[in-house]
Amino acid sequence: MDAFTTHTGTAAPLRRSAVDTDQIIPAEYLKRITRTGFEDGLFVAWRTNEPDFVLNKPEYADASILVAGPDFGTGSSREHANWALLDGGFRVVISSRFADIFRNNSTKSGLLTVVLPQADVEALWTAIEADPATPVTVDLQAKQVTYGDVSVPFDVDDYTRWRLLEGLDDVGLTERHLDDVAAYEAARPSWLPAALPAR
Amino acid sequence: MPKTLAEKVYDAHVVRSTAGEPDLLYIDLHLVHEVTSPQAFDGLRAAGRTVRRPDLTMATEDHNVPTLDILSPIADPVSRAQVDALRRNAVEFGIRLAPMGDRDQGIVHVIGPQLGLTQPGMTIVCGDSHTSTHGAFGALAFGIGTSEVEHVLATQTLPQYRPKQMSVTVEGELAPGVSAKDVILAVIAQIGTNGAAGHVIEYRGSAIEALSMEARMTICNMSIEAGAKAGLIAPDQTTFDFLQGRPHAPEGADWEAAVEHWRTLRTDDGAVFDREVTLDASTLTPFVTWGTNPGQGLPIDGVVPDPAQFADESERRAAEQALAYMGLTPGTPLREIKVDTVFLGSCTNGRIEDLRTAATFLQGKRIDPDTRMLVVPGSVGVKLQAEAEGLDKVFTEAGAEWRGAGCSMCLGMNPDQLQPGERSASTSNRNFQGRQGKGGRTHLVSPSVAAATALTGRLTAPADLIGA
Ligand code: SF4
Repeated sequence: MDAFTTHTGTAAPLRRSAVDTDQIIPAEYLKRITRTGFEDGLFVAWRTNEPDFVLNKPEYADASILVAGPDFGTGSSREHANWALLDGGFRVVISSRFADIFRNNSTKSGLLTVVLPQADVEALWTAIEADPATPVTVDLQAKQVTYGDVSVPFDVDDYTRWRLLEGLDDVGLTERHLDDVAAYEAARPSWLPAALPAR
Repeated sequence: MPKTLAEKVYDAHVVRSTAGEPDLLYIDLHLVHEVTSPQAFDGLRAAGRTVRRPDLTMATEDHNVPTLDILSPIADPVSRAQVDALRRNAVEFGIRLAPMGDRDQGIVHVIGPQLGLTQPGMTIVCGDSHTSTHGAFGALAFGIGTSEVEHVLATQTLPQYRPKQMSVTVEGELAPGVSAKDVILAVIAQIGTNGAAGHVIEYRGSAIEALSMEARMTICNMSIEAGAKAGLIAPDQTTFDFLQGRPHAPEGADWEAAVEHWRTLRTDDGAVFDREVTLDASTLTPFVTWGTNPGQGLPIDGVVPDPAQFADESERRAAEQALAYMGLTPGTPLREIKVDTVFLGSCTNGRIEDLRTAATFLQGKRIDPDTRMLVVPGSVGVKLQAEAEGLDKVFTEAGAEWRGAGCSMCLGMNPDQLQPGERSASTSNRNFQGRQGKGGRTHLVSPSVAAATALTGRLTAPADLIGA
């Protein structure tokens, strides 16, 4: 996973609520067995069917921060949604509320999710609609979103922040504790099922 | 300190807990399917890692599998490559796989309970959001992403933060023709598609206790549609009776020891929930969705809502977008909505009881001539059982199509898809735009409503058929 410290870019306003992961990337793109190259599936139905969809507008073509309505990333657990956003050039998604699995996946894939109060999201929407070239900085070190003369703090737990700042992979961190895992395993009740062998 | 059921299961699986870090949680069972696993296995290979506990891991093929001609190779080369990747990975890493054609094959959330692998008090994960289904047994079961699949394969654990606790209490008796599906659609309509974010829901109350295991699975299945991390129900005699004698259920003295432990898996008196919701079962009627998320649902007696009625601006905009996509006009009675396809199946409602229920309505009748009905059992086991009971004949004689087992039109990764503009009544769990095929329009319904709708070609409540 790439480390995330701070990112400055332009932002696209996605004025929709409850954007589900089927919209971020539909099922037909999930047949691939690679971990990259999902940009063609990103919001493909809206990009195809709605000429005035925000990401079809040239002024937002280079946006690297997505500012979405509440409840972003509901539905399917597909991490492909995170990969598609990353492949499509996004490093950050801002929303007033994320679905849990999407948010959790993002901490593993290196996409930063930032929760801001809806009023701050609305203010940001207004600013980037008035001037799509507005530079927006998301600073994970300082836990702060900055644009124009506005600075908004955001919350992130220290452990996740540390992992993202260092770009650390969870499996490696857990492997430091395999002795604890073995001790736990030794005490599991014998009647718990095993998938192998089939009786 | 008194604990909730979910807290008891969580605490019993903490391998390591340190201030300022997530807990490390042990995973008792890891279910795997072809869609969310290939990149995880690639990750293991790239790092030179193995699967720590292949004996606690079980794989099957479900999302991509065709439901016709199931013994031939998959025609779509991309789907075939994905299934082939799972087969190679299962061999390389020593994992049991139930492939197409195997008698244990089926939707991952149908086969776990069917084999008796899903048991009370366990932690169960799968790279699939509907893993919450297994909570019906009093297990803590939740969906994970592909990076976490890799983590569980490598370590049999997951870093976790303690979830918040929520109760949904349903008291009273359901009216005839009203089912578990209607209960959960009503819950989601009440709290919203992300209303339970960060929480584990425990479903309780007399109406829940009266439900069969199949019905409990329907309810827990759709917990994720309310945004919950998981949903669970305390195990009881209904649970034990369902499990006893299944291939992976404990036997003899082990069974006695297990049941003794399982009986302790109840929320203590005085345990605190962060949020509590209650529902009166007797007031519920069949529920159908009108929009493009599972929270946009209403009793079937209602009419398509007018977006102007929504006070909240983002809800109003969502309703406008949904109605435009669904091709619906405010004020239209839901019963007048004409349906092209009825889909009976999925991990929500593709179990034997669901098929039996639908068959009671179709017995000796013909479905509407302009309506297509697809019946897709959730697993090969369900298919064989239904055929032994003659249900396949009931469906085919009524004019429905009887198919092989898999996810099928729940998400259309196989050839079973809606055409653009086509409208379905579906017993699955998601009515998202394009979920059942590009441009397809989905109304979520119960198996009884699905069967009644197939007979009339319009959204229909079971009670409407009486005297018809
Ligand atoms: S039946 Fe539908 S919801 Fe269930 S696992 Fe398959 S695709 Fe997912």
